[in-house]
Amino acid sequence: MLLEVRGLRKVYQGKERQVEAIRDLTFGVDAGDLVCLVGPSGCGKTTLLKCVAGLLNPTSGDVLLDGRRVSGPPPGMAVVFQEYGRSLFPWMSVRDNVELPLRQKKLPRARRRSMVDDALSSVGLGDTHDAYPWQLSGGMQQRVAIARAVAYQPNVLLMDEPFAAVDAQTRADLEDLIRDLWHKLGVTILFVTHDIDEAVYLGQRVIVLSSSPTVVREDVDIDLPDARDQLHTRAGNRFTELRTHIYAQIQAAKRESTPGSTDAARDTHLAKQVLQ
Amino acid sequence: MKALLGLLGLAGLLALVEALPYTGLVSADFLPPTHRIASALAGEVGDSGFWHALWDTFVAWAIGLAIAVGAGIVAGIVIGTVPGLRAITASTIEFLRPIPSVALIPLAVLMYGTEIQSTLMLVVYASFWQVLIQVLYGVQDVDPVADETARSYGLGLWARIRYVLWPTALPYVMTGVRLAAAVALVLAITAELVIGAPGLGSRIAVAQASNAVPDMYALVAVTGLLGVAINLGARRVERRLLRWHQSVRGEVVV
Amino acid sequence: MRIVLRIVLAVALPAVLFTVWWLATAGSTNFYLPPLREILRIFPDVWTGERLRTDVLPSLLRLAGGYTLAVVAGIALGVLVGGNRTVRAVLEPVLEFFRAIPPPVLVPVIMLFAGIGDTMKVVVIAAGCVWPILLNTVEGVRAVDSVLADTCRSYRITGPARLRHLVLRGASPQIAAGMRQALSIGIILMVISEMFAASNGLGFAIVQFQRGFAIPDMWSGILLLGLIGLVLSLLFRLVESRALAWYHGLRRVQRGS
Repeated sequence: MLLEVRGLRKVYQGKERQVEAIRDLTFGVDAGDLVCLVGPSGCGKTTLLKCVAGLLNPTSGDVLLDGRRVSGPPPGMAVVFQEYGRSLFPWMSVRDNVELPLRQKKLPRARRRSMVDDALSSVGLGDTHDAYPWQLSGGMQQRVAIARAVAYQPNVLLMDEPFAAVDAQTRADLEDLIRDLWHKLGVTILFVTHDIDEAVYLGQRVIVLSSSPTVVREDVDIDLPDARDQLHTRAGNRFTELRTHIYAQIQAAKRESTPGSTDAARDTHLAKQVLQ
Repeated sequence: MKALLGLLGLAGLLALVEALPYTGLVSADFLPPTHRIASALAGEVGDSGFWHALWDTFVAWAIGLAIAVGAGIVAGIVIGTVPGLRAITASTIEFLRPIPSVALIPLAVLMYGTEIQSTLMLVVYASFWQVLIQVLYGVQDVDPVADETARSYGLGLWARIRYVLWPTALPYVMTGVRLAAAVALVLAITAELVIGAPGLGSRIAVAQASNAVPDMYALVAVTGLLGVAINLGARRVERRLLRWHQSVRGEVVV
Repeated sequence: MRIVLRIVLAVALPAVLFTVWWLATAGSTNFYLPPLREILRIFPDVWTGERLRTDVLPSLLRLAGGYTLAVVAGIALGVLVGGNRTVRAVLEPVLEFFRAIPPPVLVPVIMLFAGIGDTMKVVVIAAGCVWPILLNTVEGVRAVDSVLADTCRSYRITGPARLRHLVLRGASPQIAAGMRQALSIGIILMVISEMFAASNGLGFAIVQFQRGFAIPDMWSGILLLGLIGLVLSLLFRLVESRALAWYHGLRRVQRGS
């Protein structure tokens, strides 16, 4: 098992009260897997991802990468954030954005150049090297962020609702791009989303999370054929069954938390504030 | 918690100034320890001359600021609303604004000597631009749709200025006033210090000339406190006046 | 055609104002308001040659020295203070106090330590200019985007690379705003410190003219100071618009959407 999350718990310590964002999470991801995490909005998905990425310290429990405990951002892991507009350096050209992490790896110049070129063309951005990211459309900016992650050659790629802020058509293209890159690179992907269709379409497995405080509700195997496309996969019966099943699970998760639902919403809000 | 840490910082500054002369790093003749500055401050506060100086500085600041704000608002609205005027005046404003107001000191001395007018001349010149620039930004920010609507309902020029332009420009005007208030204090003290017009600045010059070092530090500290008070006061007024304003506008950095 | 119009618009009013000044003072017998023709005639005599070397150049060098010192110190301290929440909370009131002190009162204070030589002037200029740069840097560093900071951490961009690519670049628009404020303060302090105590320099020369009632010379000095202020602010804008091209472009995009 490449990535292992064991008994993860995260409590935010606010000024006057504590907020338990994640109660007890245990799951694993094998090398080369593409696993999606879905859950009701505000269920601590981003918190979980930040713990996995080593950007947040869990209150208790462990994240293990290759058997080693994660206590800070580990090498060989890349994150693609939802806010593409804020995760790309606005003062650097597209090329420099992709190249910066490679410079940190102390790679020779010529090698860096070819890696940047390869990464950018693999996401379909062959000729925008010299533009600033903010001169591009939202979908193209997210492609740059993906190219940066690809060029970094990570073992594990974490994606935090990367397509939540782009329009529907661009989103479909980007989903196919991710499947495509995953096949080509053999990278392990942990993909967080609130979109059930997206999770079923992309994943080999979908882990359904409960409402906050979060636990794993169900671990669903997506037994769809490996070759997927937007038109046929989504129209198939099995796809509909899986999505209905997961939809029901998430609705149930929401209902269970209804007695304290206003509380829960406030908690997540507070949790986000504490996070900043 | 934050306020406590801030107080800690201020206490640290006082302790540092108290300790430094004893370490021998600086001579007590140049930097007297805190307690001597404090007793000099107490002496100043008990002296009617200090209060006269403070009042003179305040009067020059207030009158100068009032003139600059009035002139800045009127000029800004006229330039902003009369068609074509803005394009014609733009370069001139860009020319005149960076001229350092202290360049006018010799002229002020010749024309008014050490009278308050000397101070006013510098204060008004320097703070006028702060107000004018912000008013121009504000006028530019008027929503053309709102203005068209007002026109289509047959509102006259005055009514449009009163109900459309002024409310839009007000946050900018307040920013301008706040910046101008700080600049006006700097120039008032400067004029007093260099020209010798009555006020805190000239009192500092006198203290320096008579080698009353602790008094000089005490007066410098007073000018700093005055500056802090003006900044805080201006922010308060700004917040109070703009409470109704739902959109909190970003300040235009010029 | 549009460019011609813009040039005409830019030049028209200054030309009119100058003409009015010229005509209004043409036959002036007022001692304090000499004819503009007279001021312009003596301008080259007064400010070129010997005086350029003995007065103008020293002033500009002092300004350059003090300003550079303030920029370096302000940014360095600002990064240190801005990067730590506790340090910031402790120092903020102290820094606000120092910023609120009208910079010219620093002249008599610093004269105590540094006498009346060049050191005093450079230190005065630096001590007055440093506050807006320092406080703006603190603000800029504090406001560095949290997602960008996370991005840097996850790609393990740390230390000097983080400082160079994230912190300083992210804070640069704020730093530039502070540097612009500092520049006008610097010019003021250059003049004031020379008016207060000096044996050469622009401020000194202008005060000498005024005390000696050499009125046209004094006016020419005022004109020169205005010109210097104008040229420096244009230079600053030129450099700033180059260095922050990304920022202005980004702002335009954000406003447009």
